[in-house]
Amino acid sequence: MSTPTLPVRTALPWVAACRWDRLTPERGIAVLLPDGGQVAVFRTHDDVLYAVGNIDPFSGAAVISRGIVGDRAGEPTVASPMLKQVFSLRTGHCLDDGAVRLPTYAVRVRDGVIDVSTQPDEATT
Amino acid sequence: MRQLVVIGNGMVGHRLVEAVRSRDTAGEWHIVVLGEEPRPAYDRVALSSYFDGAGEEDLRLPDLSAHPGVELRLGEPATALDRAARAVTTASGAVIGYDALVLATGSTAFVPPVPGRDLPGCHVYRTIEDLEHITATARAATAAGAGADGVVIGGGLLGLEAANALRLLGLRPHVVEMAPWLMPRQVDEGGGAVLGRLIADTGVTAHTAAALTAIEPGPGGAGLRVLLGEGADQRAVDAGVVVFSVGVRPRDELARAAGLELGPRGGVAVDAACRTSDPAVYAVGECASAGGTVYGLIAPGNAMAEVVADRLAGGAATFTGADTSTKLKLLGVDVASFGDAHGTTEGALEVVLNDAPGRRYAKLVVSDDATTLLGGVLVGDASAYAGLRPLVGRELPGDPLELIAPERGAGGGIGVGALPDDAQVCSCNAVTKGAVRAAIAEGGTDIPAIKACTRAGTSCGSCVPMLKNLLADSGIEQSTALCEHFAHSRAELVEIVLATGIATFSELVARHGSGRGCDICKPAVASILASLGGGHILDGEQAALQDTNDHFLANIQRNGTYSVVPRVPGGEITPEKLIVIGEVAREFGLYTKITGAQRIDLLGARVEQLPAIWARLVEAGFESGHAYGKALRTVKSCVGSTWCRYGVQDSVGMAIRLETRYRGLRSPHKLKSAVSGCARECAEARGKDFGVIATEHGWNLYVGGNGGFTPRHAELLASDLDDDTLIRYIDRFLMFYIRTADRLQRTSTWIENLEGGLDHLRAVVVEDSLGVAEELEAAMARHVAGYADEWRGVLEDPDKLARFVSFANAPEAPDPTISFAVEREQPVPAGPVPLGMPAPAGSGPR
Ligand code: SRM
Ligand SMILES: Cc1cc2nc3c(=O)[nH]c(=O)nc-3n(C[C@H](O)[C@H](O)[C@H](O)COP(=O)(O)OP(=O)(O)OC[C@H]3O[C@@H](n4cnc5c(N)ncnc54)[C@H](O)[C@@H]3O)c2cc1C
Ligand code: SF4
Ligand code: FES
Repeated sequence: MSTPTLPVRTALPWVAACRWDRLTPERGIAVLLPDGGQVAVFRTHDDVLYAVGNIDPFSGAAVISRGIVGDRAGEPTVASPMLKQVFSLRTGHCLDDGAVRLPTYAVRVRDGVIDVSTQPDEATT
Repeated sequence: MRQLVVIGNGMVGHRLVEAVRSRDTAGEWHIVVLGEEPRPAYDRVALSSYFDGAGEEDLRLPDLSAHPGVELRLGEPATALDRAARAVTTASGAVIGYDALVLATGSTAFVPPVPGRDLPGCHVYRTIEDLEHITATARAATAAGAGADGVVIGGGLLGLEAANALRLLGLRPHVVEMAPWLMPRQVDEGGGAVLGRLIADTGVTAHTAAALTAIEPGPGGAGLRVLLGEGADQRAVDAGVVVFSVGVRPRDELARAAGLELGPRGGVAVDAACRTSDPAVYAVGECASAGGTVYGLIAPGNAMAEVVADRLAGGAATFTGADTSTKLKLLGVDVASFGDAHGTTEGALEVVLNDAPGRRYAKLVVSDDATTLLGGVLVGDASAYAGLRPLVGRELPGDPLELIAPERGAGGGIGVGALPDDAQVCSCNAVTKGAVRAAIAEGGTDIPAIKACTRAGTSCGSCVPMLKNLLADSGIEQSTALCEHFAHSRAELVEIVLATGIATFSELVARHGSGRGCDICKPAVASILASLGGGHILDGEQAALQDTNDHFLANIQRNGTYSVVPRVPGGEITPEKLIVIGEVAREFGLYTKITGAQRIDLLGARVEQLPAIWARLVEAGFESGHAYGKALRTVKSCVGSTWCRYGVQDSVGMAIRLETRYRGLRSPHKLKSAVSGCARECAEARGKDFGVIATEHGWNLYVGGNGGFTPRHAELLASDLDDDTLIRYIDRFLMFYIRTADRLQRTSTWIENLEGGLDHLRAVVVEDSLGVAEELEAAMARHVAGYADEWRGVLEDPDKLARFVSFANAPEAPDPTISFAVEREQPVPAGPVPLGMPAPAGSGPR
């Protein structure tokens, strides 16, 4: 992970989310960060993990983790459950509105446990 | 550099400055804008949205002072005009010279000279300040108990808008109109009669053919008393607020004092260049009289602003009159008027369709030989407007009555193919048929592509049916594909699932689709699998297909919380159960509301609270009401023969029987039903997908009704049925619908699109013309036998329960973004959630 440019509010760069096998394929979970922020973590059909911000930029509600996972022309996506805008899971870009983007987060599995970075990727802040 | 002075910073003055700035790239003009109002220009047309919660910022037009070379002087009206010296004096005493001057002073609301018109509590409806004053008076009046009524003087367009505003302020609105019907300028007598009924339905009391004679202080000095008529006919209405909306007068006082020529009915006279009798002075918008007409609409004003901007840049544009066609939704009522709506053209003929009970009126004005469309009026249903307006002045493509016949409606029916290329199909964005065809020729194969390329269809959307027809006409087959992952329609997928027995989405998409699915096909396939196969909707892979409502068996709300709606079959509920609902709501701090469908909604539950809430409800005998699903919602009932002196059958008993039979049934769209105990129809069964009305001999079955976006009355399918036949027919009807309808197609549109329509449906259901009745009934029997309460299914299954956590790493921690305020003693989401307005890119959790 690159050096965070934001003030680090916690000593730990990673936070443990849950066990890998708790995550249903093609569904998401929400993870609470130590600073009160929220990340949505998804497991796609091919067992790849993605993590993006959990706040839906269109409604302000913390609901992205509850969206339907799928693909648009091969790009892995999640649709906000509120007003159905579709976001790329890889880049966080909203595919229905070029000006809007979710932050993305690093995510990894260690000893069967999913860890999420406590800081968004720099390019998406 | 030359100096342009603009007097008036209203909508048209604002447009003028923008238009000059965008043409004047060389920076030839320095612009000084004098505005009388204290704030920068705002959207007056949308003024009423202030009462829907729009703030001043939402109404504000783009900031002009961002342009270099524009000097805005707000709160500084012009007081005198010295044409000889080419200078304007302002209220602050400044004298500003000009090379060119534009008057854009708009108009003022006219207040008739009746006694009492200046009493406190009397207002006009023109500026943001007016709205602030109206709000303050309404609040004070309701607080003082000085009558919860409000009176609008004037039953035109604006008057009805003002009536709606009073309603939103919590007052009972009255409208006083001198003419014998409302909106006399836009609609004729027949249209006015239908409009009157529609407006009365919205709770507005209209006093037509009523003259205002005086306004007096109310009884005991509180509020106002509005006196109508004279002598023995005199009536009085007591009100907290009075709003005048009888018309506007152009603000031509500066021009008059400076000796400029005025129009026959006031307003500053201008020529086709929008120039006044002084060549250095122009006038635009509502203060101008062009060809003797003062236009009270924004589109002509904008057109004038463009003409003047072009002239100032050395061009030769002209303003030669404007289309005053209008289509509006007032108090939820559709009204449209276009072309020569009053039939004033010599020899004009009128073709009228007057459906008073259906609350629909349509009139076309045609030439004396009935070949050319001259204008028309539509009330109650203006869907034909988009198709008719571009035909004005052109040859009619067929029988005029055909064009307004109810089944044609949607505008698309009016042979858009017959229109010439220069006819406008999208009036909002001034897009011609030729432009749409060009876009199609360049490879636009669907509606989104045409929208992106031409902007047609992007505003009010009423032209979209015509765009579809143009696509179809050019031989482009409109795809029935569900989405990019399936080339099949929903009905075809049902066939595939029935034929192959495929029971999972993965298999279906792998064998008959492509990619991994999306938020359109996944829930649609989940619904098909559930209607055909049964089982819990969260079993196995199915769980991942459901949208959030089905996934959490509750309805998501704007702040990310959920609502819980227990089933109350037929609307019948015991005191014990009512008490449990009350206790649960109190314990979990939920907002409660009686819904529009005879049950109770508990709102504001967080995901992690849902299982505990259901546990209490299920224990007390409640089940899921499927408010979240494309499934049977409720079967409403009236009290029927058990209590009602008119009832002829037990409507409650039948409603409960039907609701219990079809509960949990997944369908292409939601399903609603009702049972009334006699023809008085208190349960509103004819507004439902399947409605049952008691007769002396049994039951009448009506199908294909709905409220919602396009309300429709259900039509009679079969009459005088006994209980069992009724249920058999409904079984067949519902299963046939489930198997053959498109995704999100209500029964009404399904029947409409069914080849042979209602007659065909009757043949299938009543006469079993397809020989499928037995199979359909058997499928329903399987559904009934397989039904189990979905909430209980979750409570009994630890795997399913495990999903109901707020955070994977903190399952019980409440979502910190959710907070509540208290309104009328109940919790409501705190702060407005700006739905539809994206936050800046990347504004994520911090
Ligand atoms: C709660 C309720 C309003 C209320 O407080 O009364 C309601 C609330 C919603 N309605 Fe409704 N409708 C409610 C009665 C109605 C009615 C009246 C009725 O059922 O008698 C209608 C008109 C009748 C009809 O449907 O034909 C109605 C026509 C709609 C429509 C338009 C449907 C259409 O065909 O045009 C939608 C949008 C849709 O379904 O696509 C809708 C959608 C919605 C949704 C689901 C919108 C959403 O996705 O969030 C609302 C959230 C439900 C929730 O509980 O969170 N609601 N809605 C009513 C629930 C009744 C119940 O007990 O289940
Ligand atoms: C509630 C409402 C709803 C409406 N709905 C519609 C609709 O649906 N469709 C439609 O087409 N039209 C509608 N209209 C009409 C539309 O708003 C007007 O046609 C349009 O605003 C006219 O623009 P204007 O610039 O000519 O006048 P205005 O917007 O009235 O602006 C004139 C400005 O000039 C200022 N002014 C006047 N004298 C001076 C002076 N001496 N010095 C400096 N400033 C001065 C005034 O204070 C005002 O700010 C509606 C109007 C209202 C009030
Ligand atoms: S529909 Fe008939 S039975 Fe039912 S309440 Fe009305 S009048 Fe009574
Ligand atoms: S006519 Fe309104 S969007 Fe085309």
